[in-house]
Amino acid sequence: MIFIQSLTKQFGQTVAVKALSLDVGQGEVFGLIGPDGAGKTTTLRVISTAMAPTAGRVTVGNVDVTREPEVVKTMIGYMPQRFALYPDLTVLENLNFFADVFGSPREQRAGLIERLLGFARLTEFQARQARNLSGGMQKKLALAATLMHRPRVLLLDEPTTGVDPVSRREFWDLLTEVHLEGVTIVITTPYLDEAERCTRVGLMYRGELIACDTPGRLREGIGAVVLEARSAQALQARRVIEAGDGVLAVSTHGDLLRLLVDRAERATTVQVAWQVHGIAVSDLRAVKPRLEDVFVLMLEQMSHPKGDLRDG
Amino acid sequence: MNTRLWAIVRKEFIHIVRDPRSLAIMFLIPIIQLILLGYAATTDIRRLNTAVYDADRTIQSRQLVEAYRASDYFAIGYYVGSESQMAELLDRGDVRAGIIIPAGYGDNLAGGKTAQVAFLIDGSDPSVATTAFAASQSVGQAQSIKIVQQRLGVDVTQLGGIDIRPRVLYNPELKSANYMIPALIGLIIQMLTSLFTALAIVREREQGTIEQLVVTPIKSWELVVGKVIPPIGVAFFDLLEILVIGVVLFEVPIRGSVPLLLVLSVLFLLTTLGIGLFVSTVARSQQEALMLSFLVLVPGIFLSGFFFPLEAMPGWLQAVSYFIPLRYMLVIIRGIIMKGVGLPVFGDQVIALLILGPVILIGASLRFRKSLE
Repeated sequence: MIFIQSLTKQFGQTVAVKALSLDVGQGEVFGLIGPDGAGKTTTLRVISTAMAPTAGRVTVGNVDVTREPEVVKTMIGYMPQRFALYPDLTVLENLNFFADVFGSPREQRAGLIERLLGFARLTEFQARQARNLSGGMQKKLALAATLMHRPRVLLLDEPTTGVDPVSRREFWDLLTEVHLEGVTIVITTPYLDEAERCTRVGLMYRGELIACDTPGRLREGIGAVVLEARSAQALQARRVIEAGDGVLAVSTHGDLLRLLVDRAERATTVQVAWQVHGIAVSDLRAVKPRLEDVFVLMLEQMSHPKGDLRDG
Repeated sequence: MNTRLWAIVRKEFIHIVRDPRSLAIMFLIPIIQLILLGYAATTDIRRLNTAVYDADRTIQSRQLVEAYRASDYFAIGYYVGSESQMAELLDRGDVRAGIIIPAGYGDNLAGGKTAQVAFLIDGSDPSVATTAFAASQSVGQAQSIKIVQQRLGVDVTQLGGIDIRPRVLYNPELKSANYMIPALIGLIIQMLTSLFTALAIVREREQGTIEQLVVTPIKSWELVVGKVIPPIGVAFFDLLEILVIGVVLFEVPIRGSVPLLLVLSVLFLLTTLGIGLFVSTVARSQQEALMLSFLVLVPGIFLSGFFFPLEAMPGWLQAVSYFIPLRYMLVIIRGIIMKGVGLPVFGDQVIALLILGPVILIGASLRFRKSLE
């Protein structure tokens, strides 16, 4: 459905996206993740025709985005990261505006708007100005507006950032509905639990796609063992093993320690280290890797490649 | 019917109506400016504060002072006893003019000799000083003729010579309101259309809504045209508002054709919309758009002949003024309203606007298309 071949986008001297190639199939929910400035937004903007690529080829449903942007525009719905509807227009006026702009026929419109309002649970707020909606409601309105012209592809740039957990779940329920109707979705998100819900996930780093697979296969291919332990002195516990052999990454979450190690046997070494330093640690066990572990590890390896001894 | 275009127009009208402050600005600006220009910006100088130092104290000297007072140009507010007192009054700005009649003035006149009188004028405000200067001379000469007549016992007008009878056309009472208020129409149209067009476009960029717009099938010309229609509507409303208030409150006579004025205003609008569009391609925020608009428009106002006559400016500055669209519009507006003249008189102005309009508009549109990317 979306085909990207060696896409490069430069802003002056800065390379935002570097030779990115990607193929998103019909009906996929493709999650694009990576640290800030990795080039996710730029990639979405190029696919959406909002920005012209510096080099490379991008097609949506076999239509080239640079050669026939007008055709692509009718096929896609793009939701920018920032709320981009009119704050002083009401919910209904915003929807009507985008219906007019996309030239949706008057006869079908009333039914469609009613359906979308119901879908976004905004029916009772239709006369409210967009600026007076909560953050979550604004996101749902923006989603409804991008669906106004029945696009076959949805491009969503961090649609759930800054939204409370309940609204986030609601938003994903809506996405599932859209997905079930056969719409292809590309979504960027900083939340890795959301990435787990995607059919495939791509990790971007400094303009490049460094990994791309289903969440399951990415977890299996982690090439590390994940250990968890609890300690009242979690920070000290972390400090004494951080630089140890075979310890790839350590993070703390309250009294919980999460370790990425190269082999299962490292569990013994770290336990010895804690005992030597007199730090009480309990419940040490191997756990199933999460997507987050995969990316922590990959980013760690990207920023400190093997054999790079510059700062240990 | 182009639904995309009308969608933009409708949306822009909603923006205007939902923002009571900008709505108030649009309709109050003309009224405030009218009142300021109609009452305050008057160059009609009357009853200038004047001090008198009469060292002569004779019937003749009192007659001279009375002649100045009666002319209505000078209001005698102070009688002082020395030149230094008069200098002090001038220094403090309490008076703008001073009459010094030396001792022996009356005797000189009675003896058939020339009597000298000093007339001091505060020249710091040239327009006041010019009027005072001319009035001091003409009143003095009239008084002088009267004295000569009395001495000779004949009517000097019977002796031949030149008799000049000036007749002021178009604005016989020389009311500055008649000159300024029509020009205000040009000024307001320019400000509203340039500024509000620039603001309306920059707002989309500032709010981030432009990002959503560019992925819709809206074409850039539809966006621009849709955005300028509401300000044009307001501009025409303001134009009529100024005319009505001008006529009712300031008794400005409208001698020419208002429909012709409306038609020619459209030509002028092409240039001002182009300026607004251009500003929108440079400014990144509404605040920048506001400052930039003033930066572009204010020098233009001074070079348009709005306040100062262009003929009096140095040649190079006059050359610059040929690129100021308002210059041509002011000739047209003042011509139609004050002189009641028609289209044939405005050939040069219409051609100038027909050249400037498309050049500015096309140039700005090209920049605008690029700025969307």
